[in-house]
Amino acid sequence: MSDFLAAFLSGAAGAMGLGGGTVLILYLTACAGYDQPAAQGINLLFFLGCSVVSLILHGRGGYIRWKAAALCILAGLPAVLIGFWISGLLGPERLRDGFAVFLLILGLQQLFGRSKTEPHKQAA
Amino acid sequence: MLKKRAALLSGAAAGVLNGFFGAGGGLVAVPALEKGGLSVKEAHATALALTASLSAVSALLYLGGGRFSFGEAAAFLPGGILGAAGGALLFRRLPSRLLQRALGAFMIYFALRVLLR
Repeated sequence: MSDFLAAFLSGAAGAMGLGGGTVLILYLTACAGYDQPAAQGINLLFFLGCSVVSLILHGRGGYIRWKAAALCILAGLPAVLIGFWISGLLGPERLRDGFAVFLLILGLQQLFGRSKTEPHKQAA
Repeated sequence: MLKKRAALLSGAAAGVLNGFFGAGGGLVAVPALEKGGLSVKEAHATALALTASLSAVSALLYLGGGRFSFGEAAAFLPGGILGAAGGALLFRRLPSRLLQRALGAFMIYFALRVLLR
């Protein structure tokens, strides 16, 4: 699989809410020869680039709840530091094993969970 | 209106995953935001604003830590942006349930390959 095709499929899966980031990380580690920390870093910048277009579209549609987003970001930023710090304590191999366990859980959710495009049943 | 506690918890969970795995923040934030009272579209859009912000900080940390270089990531951006636009356009036209299950099987296969190597 070429880099372009992998990036295209990851971007498409991400836009459909199917976890595109995991697809690119898998490709980078399994096919392109990157270690786990490098693959994760590349995916972060990749996602940032792809999300700009989506954010503009969602922002125009008025779907972003900015107050809620601000609260989430407020709690999320220190948590990023914690996650980054813990990942640094593990070597690339153990980080890759941890990612595999995470992926296994996500995969089971994707396979047996509800459809990502079906709305929750709203309570009356 | 979203409950403050749900917002803080979903933000914190997404932040840890984003910093730790460099992915997956949206996958925990969307259902948490929906449970907190947002509609499906609002939850997806709000989670996107959250994960984009978190990814910016995480990417700076990863870059600063020397885990990857800007040039390595830039090579993947053109394909990704085209794919994101295509995915958004085809979102309602493709059999998403089938795609979701296929991606799930793909993830399980690779996860087991790593864990059982």
